[in-house]
Amino acid sequence: MLLKLTGGRIFDPAHDQNDVVRDIYIRDGRIVEKPIDGRIDEEIDVSGKVIMAGAIDMHTHIGGGKVNIARTMLPEDHAEAVYERTEMLRSCTGHAAPSTLTTGYRYAEMGYTAGFEPAVLPINARQAHMEMHDTPIIDKGGYVMLGSDDFLLRMMAANSDQEAINNYVAWTINHAQAVGLKVVNPGGISAFKFNQRKLDLDEKNDFYGVTPRDILHRLSRAVQEIGVPHPLHVHGCNLGVPGNMQTTLDTIQGAEGVPMHLTHIQFHSYGTEGDFKFSSGAAEIAEAINKHKNITVDVGQILFGQTVTASGDNMRQFAGAPHAHPNKWVCMDIECEAGCGVVPFKYKDQSYVNALQWMIGLETFLMVDDPWRIFLTTDHPNGAPFTSYPHLIKLLMDKTFRNDMLSTLHPEAQKATHLASLDREYSLYEIAIMTRAGAAKLVGLADRGHLGVGAAADITVYTDNSDREKMFEKPDYVFKDGEMVVRQGQVIKITWGTTHVVKPEYDVSIEKPLQQYFDKFHTLKMSNFKISNDEIVDDGRGSLTIQPLHKGGRL
Amino acid sequence: MTENSTATLWHEVASPFCGIASDDLTIEVNGNTVKVLENGDAVTQPGFETPITDIQPRINGQEVTLDQAISHIADLLIHSKQPLIAGMGTDLNGARSAMALADKTGATIDSFYSPAAFRNILVLQDTGYMTTTLTEVRNRVDVLLIVGTDVEATFPRFFERMVWNKESMFGQEIESREIIYLGKKPSGDASTSPAGKKAQVIPCDNADLPEVISVLRALLKGKNIQAEVVAGVAVEDLKALADKLKAAKYSVVSWSAGQLDFDHAEATIQNVCEMIKEINATTRSNGLPLGGKEGDTTVNAVASWQSGYPMRTTFNRRFPDYDPFLNDSRRMLAEGEADVVIWVSSFNTAVTPPNSSATTIVLGRSGMQFETEPDVYIPVGVPGIDHEGRTFRTDSVVSVPLRKLRDSGLPSVFEVLSAVEQAL
Repeated sequence: MLLKLTGGRIFDPAHDQNDVVRDIYIRDGRIVEKPIDGRIDEEIDVSGKVIMAGAIDMHTHIGGGKVNIARTMLPEDHAEAVYERTEMLRSCTGHAAPSTLTTGYRYAEMGYTAGFEPAVLPINARQAHMEMHDTPIIDKGGYVMLGSDDFLLRMMAANSDQEAINNYVAWTINHAQAVGLKVVNPGGISAFKFNQRKLDLDEKNDFYGVTPRDILHRLSRAVQEIGVPHPLHVHGCNLGVPGNMQTTLDTIQGAEGVPMHLTHIQFHSYGTEGDFKFSSGAAEIAEAINKHKNITVDVGQILFGQTVTASGDNMRQFAGAPHAHPNKWVCMDIECEAGCGVVPFKYKDQSYVNALQWMIGLETFLMVDDPWRIFLTTDHPNGAPFTSYPHLIKLLMDKTFRNDMLSTLHPEAQKATHLASLDREYSLYEIAIMTRAGAAKLVGLADRGHLGVGAAADITVYTDNSDREKMFEKPDYVFKDGEMVVRQGQVIKITWGTTHVVKPEYDVSIEKPLQQYFDKFHTLKMSNFKISNDEIVDDGRGSLTIQPLHKGGRL
Repeated sequence: MTENSTATLWHEVASPFCGIASDDLTIEVNGNTVKVLENGDAVTQPGFETPITDIQPRINGQEVTLDQAISHIADLLIHSKQPLIAGMGTDLNGARSAMALADKTGATIDSFYSPAAFRNILVLQDTGYMTTTLTEVRNRVDVLLIVGTDVEATFPRFFERMVWNKESMFGQEIESREIIYLGKKPSGDASTSPAGKKAQVIPCDNADLPEVISVLRALLKGKNIQAEVVAGVAVEDLKALADKLKAAKYSVVSWSAGQLDFDHAEATIQNVCEMIKEINATTRSNGLPLGGKEGDTTVNAVASWQSGYPMRTTFNRRFPDYDPFLNDSRRMLAEGEADVVIWVSSFNTAVTPPNSSATTIVLGRSGMQFETEPDVYIPVGVPGIDHEGRTFRTDSVVSVPLRKLRDSGLPSVFEVLSAVEQAL
């Protein structure tokens, strides 16, 4: 079966193709060369349409314990967003805390073909994979979380050599079936269990005597040295704290050139100026990002309305709990390894702080020069549900729209930003970089995010429309692995995406001390901790795609 | 796994029969006979060792093939005005197939253990909570307050595994841990320390816990209490308890909702949970709800991620529709609101469907005895004995892989319900 998409305008930044008219040929789920014999089984005329690879959300909370706590906690969220069963689709619910079925359907309908869960606790990875397994259509994967786990902190307190830490990181990535490594409030989640209520970059964990800076240093090196393509994914110290921009600047400086991805940077870009002692640090942060080529960021844009914040950072979530709306929340300590906090939240456009958060996110988007190093996220659902992406894209691409929105916000906040003076409007090509080519490169997906021969045929076809929100919320067609899954913004076929992982090498000798450690301190055996490949395949519709490591990866 | 000519030995086997899901069991399998050799207890032993008796499905008491039983179930569902899937003693994939079938047939779905589980879920949905998990308890607890629960009666290895372990990660002197029961007295000595220190008991009736907990919370908030005695408990004793919780570095407050069997126990659990949040203003404290056996945690988790709601959800309007009171399976059966019930109980032969006017289909563990023969009975395999599976522990965080220990040929709930869905 050979399918031809004829005459589309191709936006394929991985191949420097900016609005180039060319045909695309698809066979067996892949993009192929034009057939020599010219035989085509089916042709779709897409002339004049905008063609991009399927979009990739490189940071979205779609599976795992905290997400499911949010779902169970918020029946009122689901009653507002109910989807009836159809001939083909299961019924489902959910807006800020969508069910797995809602998640898959809504992402596909917007032309997204992959989403990556950024906070997979090793001990909870099995659940994260179960939920992602039940998420239709899109590909998925997870970044496994270390940095407040006793085993690592213990090794660091004992000054273990880097090779031992690399080995532990590689072992964890393998057996949690992850595609990257995440750290959340480095050491801070552990410190909270010892009743520390904050932990600055150079502040020691009371028990281990280890600082967040040490942890970032060790883990970022580990990721680089074992050849995992996705740089260490960092949710830094002091999330949401006024003045945290200095911590963020120090973190960037402290990376010392080693690749590091700073996630939901908006929440880490706050100053303390003005009457409200809360100001934008976006300009300084953007300048630092522009200067340090080893740094990538995603924004974590907030948008106004009801959502729920779900994070591994229970230290900061506990601090934020008094702001819960509605007034209910959960914090958990988890297995001497991690934690989580789930706090529902309503961002209000007439709140000075929320309005400024909105501005800080947009300022960051507009002041970071290189679209290959900044990514479009709302940290779903923490800043806003992912379904608001088309609206966010319009804010980035349409200055008039942006400034009209801005003029309705809290008046004091308007005075505290120079957003209105920023003229930049993102181009379609830049959107394609941020949401496709750049994201695939960042996550380390060799065969996704581009439209070259050999790529997986994850393709989104839009009708060009100057109203970018309308354009991006309802593509004409979405192809997943070569199959048309969406037509005119409606799911027409259910497929099940693959799970992307990396398999860095490790020295199996690490299992001896680990086994003793599990036996002595844990309530689960090491053998039962490990997630087998069969568990990902599960009932038969799952699959595992092992992405290549960077060359030169070593222990 | 080592093999000899007669028996197979399995090590590090996880138990789905208890919510703490101990996974250090050694099990011997000889044909269809299963024996727990190491680390068994009064809950896991019968769980694993209950023998297979019947293997043939029945319709109205007459043996039939599995295919006949499946097509008969499909036929019953096609003609049902309001099906109900209840019991829900199953594993991950069993829960997945039940949710898919409920969605397709407009059924209501609920679990046998919901009356207990919802005492906690209602708190989560109203005010939330701060909780911890088993490994944290094992390594950090310094004061353990147990509310209205005889832990060892239903979790026989809790103290051995989570409290009286040999050492902790952080060098804590294990013997210094303090156990305090508020309410029920323990039935045995599991809570006694290795050196012989007995737990403190502040006894009261469970029905008095709402009052006693309110006073304890008030004392922790620094309120003055005029009364000297509340529900037979000296306020002085509660004051001392409040002081201990404030002085503790990492207290854990535990309860088993299944044992808090009094009207509106959820309001008392909520008071406990709000009290824990308040203690955290100055020190650390966490709740540890104990429950979750036989797939209880698992089915609520799967229902939440697939539909947005836990158990007690109906699909009769073609979308997930949650109501923790209307969709209570016991109430529905008692009031004749379901005409067909699929009762799933793959772990426990004692969990049988209540008598009702509904046509009753049972997917039950082999060996189940009925007062009234159900309309359809299919003996199914036990997850973790007859087929692989996965189940969640009480803390809703950790899930364990369950292994296939023998080749009994009994079908899984997943296989049966998926086949029914196909046959519709």
